[in-house]
Amino acid sequence: MEVAVTQNGKRRFAMKLWSFHGGVELPGHKQESTIRPVEPAPLPKRLILPLSQHLGAPAEPVVAVGDKVLKGQIIARPGGFVSAPLHASSSGTVVAIDEHAVPHPSGLSAPCITIETDGRDLWVEREQQTDYRQLEPADIRETIRQAGIVGLGGAGFPAFIKLNPGKTIKTLILNGAECEPYITCDDMLMREQADEILRGLLIIRRAVQAQHCLIAIEDNKPEAAHSLQKALQRIESDADNIEIVMIPARYPAGGEKQLIKVVTGQEVPSGGLPVQIGVVCHNVATAAAVYRAVEHGEPLLSRIVTITGGAVAEPRNLEALIGTPVMELLSACRTNFNVLQEVIMGGPMMGIALANHKVPLIKTGNCLLTVSHGEMEQHPAVQPCIRCGNCADACPVSLLPQQMYWHARAKDFDKIQEYDLFDCIECGCCAYVCPSNIPLVHYYRFAKSEIRSQQEQKRKADIARERHERREQRLAREKAERATRHARKKPGTTDENKRAAIQAAVERAKAGKQGAPSDDV
Amino acid sequence: MLSAALALTLLALVFGLLLGYSSIRFKVEGDPVVDQIDDLLPQTQCGQCGYPGCRPYAEAIASGEADINRCPPGGEQVIQSLADLLGREPKPLDPERGEEKPPMVAFIDESDCIGCTLCIKACPVDAILGAPKQMHTVIAEECTGCELCVEPCPVDVISMVPVEEDITHWKWPLPKTENGDSP
Repeated sequence: MEVAVTQNGKRRFAMKLWSFHGGVELPGHKQESTIRPVEPAPLPKRLILPLSQHLGAPAEPVVAVGDKVLKGQIIARPGGFVSAPLHASSSGTVVAIDEHAVPHPSGLSAPCITIETDGRDLWVEREQQTDYRQLEPADIRETIRQAGIVGLGGAGFPAFIKLNPGKTIKTLILNGAECEPYITCDDMLMREQADEILRGLLIIRRAVQAQHCLIAIEDNKPEAAHSLQKALQRIESDADNIEIVMIPARYPAGGEKQLIKVVTGQEVPSGGLPVQIGVVCHNVATAAAVYRAVEHGEPLLSRIVTITGGAVAEPRNLEALIGTPVMELLSACRTNFNVLQEVIMGGPMMGIALANHKVPLIKTGNCLLTVSHGEMEQHPAVQPCIRCGNCADACPVSLLPQQMYWHARAKDFDKIQEYDLFDCIECGCCAYVCPSNIPLVHYYRFAKSEIRSQQEQKRKADIARERHERREQRLAREKAERATRHARKKPGTTDENKRAAIQAAVERAKAGKQGAPSDDV
Repeated sequence: MLSAALALTLLALVFGLLLGYSSIRFKVEGDPVVDQIDDLLPQTQCGQCGYPGCRPYAEAIASGEADINRCPPGGEQVIQSLADLLGREPKPLDPERGEEKPPMVAFIDESDCIGCTLCIKACPVDAILGAPKQMHTVIAEECTGCELCVEPCPVDVISMVPVEEDITHWKWPLPKTENGDSP
């Protein structure tokens, strides 16, 4: 497909695009939430900040209950290399550090820091505004790490790691595809904050020393593309080698590997990372957060979130503080709780159903999709697999969903891995096209978590084996040491020594007897 | 007749030398089958199988002395993988050896511990920390749930508690099939 691309207002020859295997065309449902501008969400009374909002080790609290905190103050430090710090989203008092319900498919609780806000929203002292051009790539990465920025597209991988490629980066891609239905937070961000995104892009470009930058947008967002093009003209001097690419709207074009295929024609190897083929991909919202962190010293405290779906009277996007309870966001958009059946965090394809409305908004929460009673056929009857093969045609990773389904069902975890289970991105295309309504992705998630658990058990067993062997060795050594000590202390254990000792005792007795009479006198 | 006998003797000598040489040159230390079996066992070192640890049990299986269904902590899964490895038919867990239980860890009620060190001596993986007349505690992360510390405790303050399911160890359940049941 040939698509015209403009840069600095000049028309250039069209950039070649490729396509990925499979995928599905979905009704967008995006207009509902894009008619209203983004507004700040009301400041909640309580902010609940889970310690694990990213991939990797949970953060470790550095505040105690009762502490007063200011907006932007660090309240938990990274718990490892692959981890991210956490900041107070507003000023107030820490009232609890305990388990609280979090957005997770299990519905279980996880450690959170709860802050009671004081309504003043007072900032901690921020670092002076710096010009990114004077910063070394390593300094930029450190600033981004300290700001707690994680990938805002969905996976929540700490952003600084992807900025540390250790390899020449040919192409830097900003992902503005936003391919999942209902979600419009990136669309609205591109429309309203295009300058911030571009400035963030320039910073990331410096950090990874990329030669070429692409901003990929699905062609159902012309307003966003227009806004970015205008912004591109404004930064003229820096705009070299930055291109805005319109890609055909086809789910899941926004998947990292699918997007790379579409705009570069290259495929990321199975089990590999984009950096292996010289590509780095970041979400547009991540770029905007990077800009705020580097040029304004603001950590990641808020994000734009789409609140939409059948039960919401005013579907829209809100700029909400991380930690705002979902309940308050729903209320702010006049949700009809009488018809509300379910709230999904994320989109209809990959989102997770929330167990209750007390859970907070987290860094990766891009959308709150409400489902009203009767709006969605909740659990359509599952029928036996008829081996039609539609799932394999729809799979954007070219896997064999049907084979993986059988092996997951039979709990044959070795076999399912031979079918590259871990390359599955859980996009849901296979389940969407399945005429038998088999919850295929659910089976793959089951298999993945079982395999991970078995690997964890194996790791623990190996540690236990080593500890047991070390203990056996120690016991043997101690026994040997005791034996030698014993032998040294009592030299009279050998027969010869014994005889000599007896002889000596007999002689002493004799001598005693001989001398005895004189004693008596 | 003679040439045939000579040829056969020569062949026997050559092959004998070859075999003798290779048995020295390619000598394998230990028994690789034992290692493979040991690798599948859960390493709780609990001794419920009747052997003093997982490796002795692995050796007994390899020598044909013990059956593959004597490991309660490993349960059905370990029996299945042992059966696959050894090309045998899987069989149900030997009920005399105990039953498969959910994962547990030992817990010491520290307020009543008298510091006798008996549990420390019983622990096969050194997962109990303490000193004479000092309170002892279990390093839960290292505990294999073997229960060997429970019995020696003279004041009965050690109990086995189930490992609580938390968000990091949570597993997706198997979906219901078309018949409405789990496969």
